[in-house]
Amino acid sequence: MLEIKNLHANVDGREILKGLDLTLPTGEVHAIMGPNGSGKSTLAYVLAGKEDYEVTEGSITWNGKDLLDLDPSARAATGVFLAFQYPMEIPGVATMTFLRSAVNAVRKARGEDELSTPDFMRLVKEKAKGLKIDAEMLRRPLNVGFSGGEKKRNEILQMALLEPSLCVLDETDSGLDIDALRIVADGVNALRSKERSMLVITHYQRLLDYIVPDKVHVLSKGRVARSGGPELALELEKTGYAEFGGEATAA
Amino acid sequence: MAAVQETVERVKEIDVDQYKYGFFTDIESVKAPKGLNEDIVRFISAKKHEPEWLLKWRLEAFRRWQTMQEPEWANVHYPKIDFQDLYYYSAPKSTEGPKSLAEVDPELLATYAKLGIPLKEQEVLAGVKGAPRVAVDAVFDSVSVVTTFKEELSKAGVIFCSISEAVKNHPDLVQKYLGSVVPATDNFYATLNSAVFSDGSFVYVPEGVRCPMELSTYFRINAEQTGQFERTLIIADKGSYVSYLEGCTAPMRDENQLHAAVVELVALEDAEIKYSTVQNWYPGDKNGKGGIYNFVTKRGDCRGDRSKISWTQVETGSAITWKYPSCILRGNGSRGEFYSIAISNGYQQVDSGTKMIHLGKDTSSRIISKGIAAGRSNNTYRGLVSAHRKATNARNFTVCDSLLIGDKCGAHTVPYIEAKNASATFEHEATTSKISDDQLFYCLSRGLSEEEAVALIVNGFVRDVLQQLPMEFMAETQKLISISLEGSVG
Ligand SMILES: Nc1ncnc2c1ncn2[C@@H]1O[C@H](COP(=O)(O)OP(=O)(O)OP(=O)(O)O)[C@@H](O)[C@H]1O
Ligand SMILES: [Mg+2]
Repeated sequence: MLEIKNLHANVDGREILKGLDLTLPTGEVHAIMGPNGSGKSTLAYVLAGKEDYEVTEGSITWNGKDLLDLDPSARAATGVFLAFQYPMEIPGVATMTFLRSAVNAVRKARGEDELSTPDFMRLVKEKAKGLKIDAEMLRRPLNVGFSGGEKKRNEILQMALLEPSLCVLDETDSGLDIDALRIVADGVNALRSKERSMLVITHYQRLLDYIVPDKVHVLSKGRVARSGGPELALELEKTGYAEFGGEATAA
Repeated sequence: MAAVQETVERVKEIDVDQYKYGFFTDIESVKAPKGLNEDIVRFISAKKHEPEWLLKWRLEAFRRWQTMQEPEWANVHYPKIDFQDLYYYSAPKSTEGPKSLAEVDPELLATYAKLGIPLKEQEVLAGVKGAPRVAVDAVFDSVSVVTTFKEELSKAGVIFCSISEAVKNHPDLVQKYLGSVVPATDNFYATLNSAVFSDGSFVYVPEGVRCPMELSTYFRINAEQTGQFERTLIIADKGSYVSYLEGCTAPMRDENQLHAAVVELVALEDAEIKYSTVQNWYPGDKNGKGGIYNFVTKRGDCRGDRSKISWTQVETGSAITWKYPSCILRGNGSRGEFYSIAISNGYQQVDSGTKMIHLGKDTSSRIISKGIAAGRSNNTYRGLVSAHRKATNARNFTVCDSLLIGDKCGAHTVPYIEAKNASATFEHEATTSKISDDQLFYCLSRGLSEEEAVALIVNGFVRDVLQQLPMEFMAETQKLISISLEGSVG
């Protein structure tokens, strides 16, 4: 279970998260919505442990463990995974090489043996197939020249390979065409399980048609302003964020 | 503290302290008296039982050297070298006289084993732990201690031996080619080398022969206050091919040690020479104390039409590097290539690059240089591409990329271009980038440690060049790059 209590976080000396509370039970999927600039990505980065995001107050525990004590790689090892809103490019590093380094780093940290080359190749092939990622793409340098959709599918591939227990998806649906959206959603749904919790950040009800959340939270000005069932997303679709002080109308 | 900053701090402490080859072999050696004068030159020549012409050649170089000034145009700074305070000859006592593998001092074999250099042919042949099948000439201080696979090579007609042996057994070839690419009067260090050169490798590949294995020389400076002045001469006769790799290490010492080598390559018609270097001399400690001064002249002469010479270098060691492997593209349709990875860390200073001198028609050259600067180091690429009046259709393509890790290091690019023929096409691209905090965080969030992340990003940055190395050495080099930039791996 993920428990976030009274979380305050600064970026460049400016307070962005202002007393955020959120509880995500193990095995559940919660959607996070909210106007631009409300702090959704900030929350995602704080969960993953980004350096310049300074937590000034409050706590985050994951299965009773204090997440704030851990550096980013240790968080990855305990099962935290962030699918980035804007995945980074790393020139010259073949996607396959990156995936392998990541899988083995996490396995090592978890006290497991590194995967042999054939075992790893088999695993990647299997996971990539479901996401319609071909071998050619895996040979290309990580995210370099990838289309928006390819980058997002690549994030889900990493998630599938690293088998995290806490998945944070930051606008994984933005920039996807209808077909890609379905592929990604299927990929995410395939990873839903009793042991795995997910935070799905999105602006669109459309994604939640595919990935039906257990709960929906609306973020506004760095706090959870409202929580509800899946129907809350439908309501927002009609009314927009006006009541939360956002400028955005219906998406 | 930002992630990159922290990495930088950490990197600063390592590299140098991570140097794995810093041990010293306690072995009895024969030395010439300290200092440099005509008698020392005569001493070295006599030790090697050299013919009169070579002694004369050395003495001429020495006289010339006395009139020369140390070059100061490179972007490197160091206290003046006292050339009278050095030993110019040092040899393990046991190496005097004939040497076959069985006769080599076990202490020396142990040294090379510790360095990971396979000298025992049986082991290599038996494929122990996949040891690459490479013929090795091992040079310890001033002398070659052993050359492996000589017999198998000679069956193919390939001569691979120390230069001292070549002077004895193949004097005509040596006399014909020695100094024909780098004249004895070329520059301060090359001239010094010509006067006092000790040992080095000699390769001759006869017409039409493709050398059946990789050739490699492994240089080790062991003795204190001893300069290493090796001389390498490689001749690829018409239509032949050879791939050669040079590796080097030295013990950790507080004082600076001088290494002034000369390498000459000659490629005749349709011949190809691929010369790779993995330079890992001791870089000095984290405060910049000690380390090798690596002042090297390397030049290849594409003498025949359609000949090709390619230099690949991975420079991770040395306190100061001054080195410009060059190609003289004399033959029509000849081609020169230069692929370089230069990593500087701690207080290292690198001024390196290449010269591509287009003389013949339809000559082409390609330069890919990747400089990585970390710590408080300084990394300069210096290159010259020139086309002679008669070099119609000369083509060059140059890419110079620099990667900075942290903000206390410097990367500089100094390209010179001279085209005296209007038909020349020279293209030049240069970039400077940094490892961003965001890239680093992305890797960390996937479970990689900071060291692993930096190594991965740097290996990606140098990939184009790494691919030019002989297969056998790629993995090892990748590891070396990681080690020179981080603390934990290896
Ligand atoms: N490095 C930074 N320096 C200053 N302000 C920042 C920085 N990063 C984010 N912010 C600010 O923090 C606020 C929240 O940003 P965040 O990216 O978390 O919003 P978001 O909810 O993810 O928005 P979107 O829906 O557009 O992705 C914004 O006002 C943003 O400008
Ligand atoms: Mg966002």
